[in-house]
Amino acid sequence: MTLVTVENLNVAFGPRHVVRDVGFTIAPGEVLALVGESGSGKSLTALSLLQLLPPGAACTGQAVLDGQQVIGAPPRALRRLRGGVAGMVFQEPTNSLNPLARIGAQVAEAITLHRRLPAAGLRARVVELLDEVGFPDARDRLDAFPHQLSGGQRQRVMIAIALANDPKLLIADEPTTALDVTIQAQILKLLAARKAARGLAMLLISHDLSIVRRYADRVCVMKDGAIVEAGRVAAVFATPAHPYTRMLLDAEPRGRPAPLPSDAPEVMRGEDVRVHFAINHGILRRTVGVVRAVDGVNVTVRAGETVGLVGESGSGKSTIGFALLRLREAQGRIAFLGQDLAGLPPRVLRRLRAGMQIVFQDPFGSLSPRLSVGEIVAEGLSVHARDLSAAQREHRVAEALDTVGLPGDCAVRYPHEFSGGQRQRIAIARAMVLKPRFVVLDEPTSALDMSVQAQIVALLRELQQRHALGYLFISHDLKVVRAMAHRVMVLRGGKVVEEGPAEALFAHPREDYTRALMAAAFALEADETGVVAT
Amino acid sequence: MTLSPLTRRRLAVFRAHRRGFWSLWIFLALFGASLFAEFIANDRPLLISFDGHWYMPVLQDISEDRFGPDFLPTEADYSAPDVQAAIRAHGWMIWPAIPYHYDTIVLNLNVPAPAPPSWQNLLGTDDQARDVLSRVIYGFRLSVLFGFTLTIIASAIGIAAGAIQGYRGGLTDLLFQRFIEIWSGMPQLYLLIILGSVIAPGFWILLGFLLLFSWMSLTGVVRAEFLRGRNLEYVRAAKALGVSDIAVMWRHILPNAMVATLTFLPFTLSGSVTILASLDFLGFGLPPGSPSLGELVSQGKNNLQAPWLGITAFVVLGGVLTLLIFIGEAVRDAFDPRRMP
Repeated sequence: MTLVTVENLNVAFGPRHVVRDVGFTIAPGEVLALVGESGSGKSLTALSLLQLLPPGAACTGQAVLDGQQVIGAPPRALRRLRGGVAGMVFQEPTNSLNPLARIGAQVAEAITLHRRLPAAGLRARVVELLDEVGFPDARDRLDAFPHQLSGGQRQRVMIAIALANDPKLLIADEPTTALDVTIQAQILKLLAARKAARGLAMLLISHDLSIVRRYADRVCVMKDGAIVEAGRVAAVFATPAHPYTRMLLDAEPRGRPAPLPSDAPEVMRGEDVRVHFAINHGILRRTVGVVRAVDGVNVTVRAGETVGLVGESGSGKSTIGFALLRLREAQGRIAFLGQDLAGLPPRVLRRLRAGMQIVFQDPFGSLSPRLSVGEIVAEGLSVHARDLSAAQREHRVAEALDTVGLPGDCAVRYPHEFSGGQRQRIAIARAMVLKPRFVVLDEPTSALDMSVQAQIVALLRELQQRHALGYLFISHDLKVVRAMAHRVMVLRGGKVVEEGPAEALFAHPREDYTRALMAAAFALEADETGVVAT
Repeated sequence: MTLSPLTRRRLAVFRAHRRGFWSLWIFLALFGASLFAEFIANDRPLLISFDGHWYMPVLQDISEDRFGPDFLPTEADYSAPDVQAAIRAHGWMIWPAIPYHYDTIVLNLNVPAPAPPSWQNLLGTDDQARDVLSRVIYGFRLSVLFGFTLTIIASAIGIAAGAIQGYRGGLTDLLFQRFIEIWSGMPQLYLLIILGSVIAPGFWILLGFLLLFSWMSLTGVVRAEFLRGRNLEYVRAAKALGVSDIAVMWRHILPNAMVATLTFLPFTLSGSVTILASLDFLGFGLPPGSPSLGELVSQGKNNLQAPWLGITAFVVLGGVLTLLIFIGEAVRDAFDPRRMP
């Protein structure tokens, strides 16, 4: 008997059809993966199984969960299914947990919604669940608030909540996308272990093909709301029938950076860069300690060179980027094109900023929604090239948009009319219009779909070759770093653990930490030695 | 005139908001008309032809002895029957639609004041025998002008204060916040009563006094927007481009704060109209005799046997506030970047 049967499922927002004629089945104990890029309708398909669609969505078709037709089912029946038959794990554990409630209470609530337990029994059950998902010291930490936990621990709590009522199906909507690579591997391993132990069926939603390849039994590839290909994972991945599947499989960032001429001049040098924050306490704000976000890091970037900066979140990699650009106070000697930036008056520093630029991670946050694309790109010119005429400025903007592969007519349009990849191109154009020598790329690809990532990597490489740019490439994604970087620095707790030429470092990592990072990134292996965080 | 696409889109959204769009036109028509209140409701004729000479008493003062040897050389009283008769004997005159100024006392009433609506006084008279329609026209003008002035100046101060607090943060923010907390604890009404007993507050004194306290209403919202805004990635990106602090505040954060401000603006504006009306109602507002909607409300309360006073005050005040809110809603939607025309 199948646990889930979906036939002719359609979801529409008014005239816009976002899910079309989707059908699949899940047998007990089976893992079905829905794969597709953002906007392909995979999350809405999963949400319609529990009728948790956002308001305004019209859902038609057949969706049978555990023998109960869910579309048009009465609220009481749906409440039994939600949590009772199917548990759900969302992408972002920070947003899915109530920040004001203690984690013990949140797990307990999930239980009491479905059955009554005496207080002592309830507590024991909560501890048991948290122990089951590998939450450390569960018994003593029931009173912790979500903000006191790490991302991985929060996701463990979410999984405990999803498992609280022994569901038959677990719906995991991008369960690891918001987590560090190392933690990603741990969570996936945990999900696989729980699934095996409980005989759970799982609907796994992901854009990451390597996760799907490793953990799913069958896969449905979705594009524009429809399933374009379905079948056993091994078969689909070995012989993809649909061109879109082939495109997804080929989308991983590939290639290597162009070799660097040996006499390339140095553009940015940081010596013994330190960023410390004081921890203040009490009414008088006494300094009781210091957070060493960056602790004595040496960086050199030469023209045409990409230095990859990798590490888990909190390792201080973004802080180094900000410190080098003097967007954040830092100690140590920082020199741009041989000129020491320390103690420069703001006016002089502002003039130098034309030569050093930054591209941020989130292309949705880094563009002002109220300015047109032309105005956004021209902003730097209005500071650094004041004497340009309006026509000259327009020309420079069009030129910059052209370099990043955007049509010139988009200058009058607004950022929200563009997709994530196009927005990131706009952000790159904003940096490039000033003809910089050094660019900090702060996770420029991690908010983007896989196929778009590859395009942006190719664009960045091309721009580097054409203008001999020095890049400081900050990323937690080792695959992208491998495709971009000449040299790699591995960062942990604000210190450089290991550094060296990219090829050598990827081939023969010396440190345990580097090895653990790579195992997690390339093989989805969780490290047991304890060198990485939980 | 060329408009930027953004402005054009905002206009289109505003126009698509039928209710707000019509409210704006109605309000503008009423306000525009009330600016020429002297030509609509006045106790002086618009035009006099006398002995072959032309006079415009609305614009000029004419001595009464011009119209006959029996009159005194003082300002002419055109409502006096013998003056009217003297002018008619040697020419003619055109009166405004409502032949009463806001402070004209209607002398030829058949009933004791307050007189009910009649063809002579369309909305009746108040308890001092003054024409209500005329007072409403002048009162509307005064209220709206007062409200606009107060709102604009208070918003400007409030936005500047909030912007500095939010953008600087830290100690500046802390001190400013404590100051606002103390300052907003001042008993406004008592201070006004004390002020009223020392000097007779006129338009500007009242405005300045209310300004001392009303700028704070926007500060919190703007401060919050700037606190959030200074950490936005596009603000950091602008700093990385070398844009100066003031330009960052003006170009990148202020437009965000403006949406929150504009959401508040109709409420601030209608609040300013209301505060003047309520002060007038209590008798601490504009000097006695000024045309004021608040004073009309108070007359309505004191003369329950004359319901036209209360009803007029209610309809006029309610109408003005409703129009302002509708316009404000449309403006707010027009500034919302996610809303398509």
